[in-house]
Amino acid sequence: MRPLLFVIILLYLLSTVGYILYLFAQKDRYHRLAYRVMMGGFVIHTVLIIYEFFRIGHIPAQNLHQTLVIAGWSLAGVFLLIKYRYRLNILGVFAAPLATAVMIAAFWVPSVSMEPAPLFKSLWLVFHIVMIFIAEASLALACGTGILYLIQENAIKTKSHKFFFKRLPSLESLDRTGYGFIATGFTLLTIGLITGFVYAQLAWGKFWSWDNKEIWSVISWLIYAALLHGRLVSGWRGRRAAVMAIIGFVALLFTFFGVNFLLEGHHDEFTKW
Amino acid sequence: MTNLRNGNSDPSAAPDLSQIVVIGVNHRTAPVELREKLAFSPKETENALQLLQESSHINESMIVSTCNRVEVIMVTGDQVLALETISSFMAATKSISRTVLENCAYAYSGADAVAHMFRVAASLDSMMIGEPQILGQVKEAFKTAVTKKSTGLILNRLLHKTFSVAKRVRHETGIGGHAVSISYAAVELARKIFDTLDGKTVLLVGAGEMAELAVEHLMKNNSRSGILLVANRTFSAGVEMAERYHGRAIHLQEIPENLKIVDIIISSTGSPHYVITKDHVRPAMRSRKHRPLFFIDIAVPRDIDPAINRISNAYVYDIDDLQGVISENIEARNMESVKAQRIIDESVIKFTHWYESLDIVPTIKDLRNKLGTIAESELSKTVSALSHLSADDRQAFVKMTESIINKMLHDPTLFLKNPGSHRNKSVYLDFTRKLFNLDP
Repeated sequence: MRPLLFVIILLYLLSTVGYILYLFAQKDRYHRLAYRVMMGGFVIHTVLIIYEFFRIGHIPAQNLHQTLVIAGWSLAGVFLLIKYRYRLNILGVFAAPLATAVMIAAFWVPSVSMEPAPLFKSLWLVFHIVMIFIAEASLALACGTGILYLIQENAIKTKSHKFFFKRLPSLESLDRTGYGFIATGFTLLTIGLITGFVYAQLAWGKFWSWDNKEIWSVISWLIYAALLHGRLVSGWRGRRAAVMAIIGFVALLFTFFGVNFLLEGHHDEFTKW
Repeated sequence: MTNLRNGNSDPSAAPDLSQIVVIGVNHRTAPVELREKLAFSPKETENALQLLQESSHINESMIVSTCNRVEVIMVTGDQVLALETISSFMAATKSISRTVLENCAYAYSGADAVAHMFRVAASLDSMMIGEPQILGQVKEAFKTAVTKKSTGLILNRLLHKTFSVAKRVRHETGIGGHAVSISYAAVELARKIFDTLDGKTVLLVGAGEMAELAVEHLMKNNSRSGILLVANRTFSAGVEMAERYHGRAIHLQEIPENLKIVDIIISSTGSPHYVITKDHVRPAMRSRKHRPLFFIDIAVPRDIDPAINRISNAYVYDIDDLQGVISENIEARNMESVKAQRIIDESVIKFTHWYESLDIVPTIKDLRNKLGTIAESELSKTVSALSHLSADDRQAFVKMTESIINKMLHDPTLFLKNPGSHRNKSVYLDFTRKLFNLDP
């Protein structure tokens, strides 16, 4: 599988180069090309995951290598889809390198083969994993959009109309896109958590076990819930929403990696390497 | 070949790029009073073109007349006489003394004239570099000349080339990018905040001339459901202004209340104090759910407290900020004009090549080369299939093909050298080159 992984990384890397060229040269053909190359990488990526699925008979999210492969896949997929919907080409400058980095990490981390735990054969679990990863990809892109927002806002506030001012879209469209990502991500995260609880009930006989992963997931969820609530009720938009999107994603990253590396919990084995 | 026109130049003369002549005045060489006087109305242009056509030494002509320039572009066999004709014609019809005219007119010929045309249409010669109107004006002038049948092969080619050069410059350089006037800069900024100006509400505080211009640009850009509010010290003037844009007038005291519903505020009062302060904006931001608020302050002394810029989602630009944006943009345009000049230099060389190819010698040579290459390749195919031929036989074949080419080219050569009196040789040369595809 490693050669295939290598091809995927290469395509994502090429796409990254395309988006960086687009950032500097502002020629439409660069982002179009980058988009197509990324699409190519994504198709191969999908094939790889489906192949793995049938090879090991369950969703390949057993160790850190496999989870990273899935994370990179959802990131690329969500970006490709959202880019199609919102036409926010410049976001590729964030998404393509991130997907590349995740895949390089996956390439670097060895795939430890494990006993296919009976735990893994549940449809609830498949649903849980897919939802959580797509949610995380959306929220990662929300964070990227938030960063772009802060850069553009700073350019307008400080009246320095240099490099980024010309290249980034308007504040309102960044804000709107970020909101779109968060609304989508939050919804999927909610579904993902619920399916997780249901699965926990089936596997361990209880919905909630004060596991570190569970606690941090809920903390991240609460941050996003607060952000959405603030937006709908008292109009937290613009700068504050952008900052919250970044904080939320940091919490999410900690839930994803930090908990597994620093704390202990029942998701441990999935990040073994 | 729809524009065949009989030239009156000596048909045997070699094409000489210096036949293309531009004479004119522009905003740099002549004051506005003179340009006003010199300007041609559409009707005058038509009459003038008619007159120029009747002149025996002017083969082709067109007139570009805008508020910043008046130029006559022509193809002539006798430059001195042609310039003389133009000056006396101008002096007579526009009643301007020749000395005044000659002091501020410029004349270019040959490659310089071609380059000048390219520069003008690409808006490098404009008062504001990169302004887009000039191309349309040149196109219009060319259309008029074509309908009056005063252009021919050379000007047609030159102008088509000019249009494509101008398009290329606009496309490949940032010469037309970014606003260079206060009102456009304001619109551009608003677009970086609001994405679209559709449906945005604009509040105009005080009704100065510059503010009005900015409002006009803003309202032009939010055709759908944009609302204008006008707050003015004299209420009746505000009402008048608001009516022009289907808006409504409010009193100055109502401004804080209305900050809840407006998106863009343009202020230009003569007030010595801040008209809108932080304390007005803070509560308004809450009730407008922090939707962005954009203040454009073009008053001196300022109307909008600059501290408002520190409030989240509120943006304040005063006249100096806008000027700063503009001078950056002008600088950027000037940088781009270097790139544009390179495109123009390149295109002048290409045009010169085409023009020179209209000479009889290179055309015959190219024609002979083309036939020679065809004959050679066919000959080698045939000969290689006939292995029994001796070296002498082969030589005979070569001789035969050569003489066929010579005989075939005899009549065309004679014709091209002298297509008959009162016929424009260039037209036939151009036709020949197209017929045999000599410039692939």
